[in-house]
Amino acid sequence: MTAPPGSLLAAHGLRKTYGPTTALDGAEFSIHPGEVVAVMGPSGSGKSTLLHCLAGIVTPDSGSITYDGRELTTMSDAERSALRRSEFGFVFQFGQLVPELTCVENVALPLRLNGTARKEAERAALAWMERLEVDDLARKRPGEVSGGQGQRVAVARALVTNPRLLFADEPTGALDSLNGERVMELLTDAARSANAAVVLVTHEARVAAYSDREIVVRDGKSRDMERLV
Amino acid sequence: MSIGHTLLGLLESGPRHGYDLKRAFDEKFGHDRPLHYGQVYSTMSRLLKNGLVVVDGIEAGDGPERKRYAITEAGVTDVERWLATPEKPEPYLQSTLYTKLVLALLTHRDAADILDTQRAEHLRNMRVLTDRKRKGDLADQLICDHALFHLEADLRWLELTAARLDRLREAVTR
Ligand SMILES: Nc1ncnc2c1ncn2[C@@H]1O[C@H](COP(=O)(O)OP(=O)(O)OP(=O)(O)O)[C@@H](O)[C@H]1O
Ligand SMILES: [Mg+2]
Repeated sequence: MTAPPGSLLAAHGLRKTYGPTTALDGAEFSIHPGEVVAVMGPSGSGKSTLLHCLAGIVTPDSGSITYDGRELTTMSDAERSALRRSEFGFVFQFGQLVPELTCVENVALPLRLNGTARKEAERAALAWMERLEVDDLARKRPGEVSGGQGQRVAVARALVTNPRLLFADEPTGALDSLNGERVMELLTDAARSANAAVVLVTHEARVAAYSDREIVVRDGKSRDMERLV
Repeated sequence: MSIGHTLLGLLESGPRHGYDLKRAFDEKFGHDRPLHYGQVYSTMSRLLKNGLVVVDGIEAGDGPERKRYAITEAGVTDVERWLATPEKPEPYLQSTLYTKLVLALLTHRDAADILDTQRAEHLRNMRVLTDRKRKGDLADQLICDHALFHLEADLRWLELTAARLDRLREAVTR
């Protein structure tokens, strides 16, 4: 099967087992450039496994994943990690910031790893921190900021390389609703203005409401809710 | 929402003309549905009859909008009582959906589909509200948030019910 026309990333028939556990059982997925797609479903249904497969972090047992016309599952590890570094951004629920670095150094880190000079990297990092309204925390360390502030720093770091695709797994999972919604507002605004697509894993409907459409994963199978209405 | 109580409440800060009341109502509460003049006059004449307002002056010219209304002491008490009384939680959606589900199970239709369709519709609604909230002022945000939390509660129920569908089928078709 070919990817839906115009899609940035598309997956078909994904299966993944961990020992006796079937985490994915023929899951489908597609996302267009600049689109925000929520991945919902009960705990243990396979959402994170799907995200990890789509991002090339986990290799599925079978099925295909095409990113921008290229098959992810047959790439070498080096090719896949190069793709992750240059095209993808990541935001997770917890513990993604390096505790020894300041916030601005954390945000600048992906650029530094890509070989950008320190000054230039930190200038770009600060601009993103301003967008996420955390530029005043630039010189603090992650241990000195609140969960909500840390999450905004993490969003800035995920976007600093101008990725075309942002993977977010429960980005507001550890925040109260006011902070969670502010993070979602800033995240989707920033992603939209940078024309980055977002794969947003969440079990919270109010967070999913920031997406353009949603799929639901149940028992490792995905259902595209768009087709229902 | 009780239009009568709301108009009464608006009068507590001082007497107003009919047109002024409508304008104040629309501005503060009429986000999706402004009042008709007819509603204002029928409401005001009811309040007048019940002694909750009095006519405090009439402007030159004709038409009922030129009457100026003032709240009475009984009116203030009425507003107070209304504010102090909690609203009935409305279980309407669950009961309709429950009926649909049971019917679907009894007739061997896909009950999970009903839940998923409702779920998609709820989320679509939540997207519209979220968008309005983003673009709106604080009043919009508070109103939308209230609706959003309610829709979210419904959605949780939909999810829980989806997870219990097999048990429900057993119970219903036994
Ligand atoms: N590395 C792993 N080793 C073994 N089992 C795993 C691993 N990762 C996931 N699983 C199993 O695969 C299934 C799907 O897990 P996954 O993390 O994708 O669920 P999820 O939908 O993200 O759940 P949650 O909402 O709780 O985060 C679960 O049964 C889980 O225990
Ligand atoms: Mg998960």
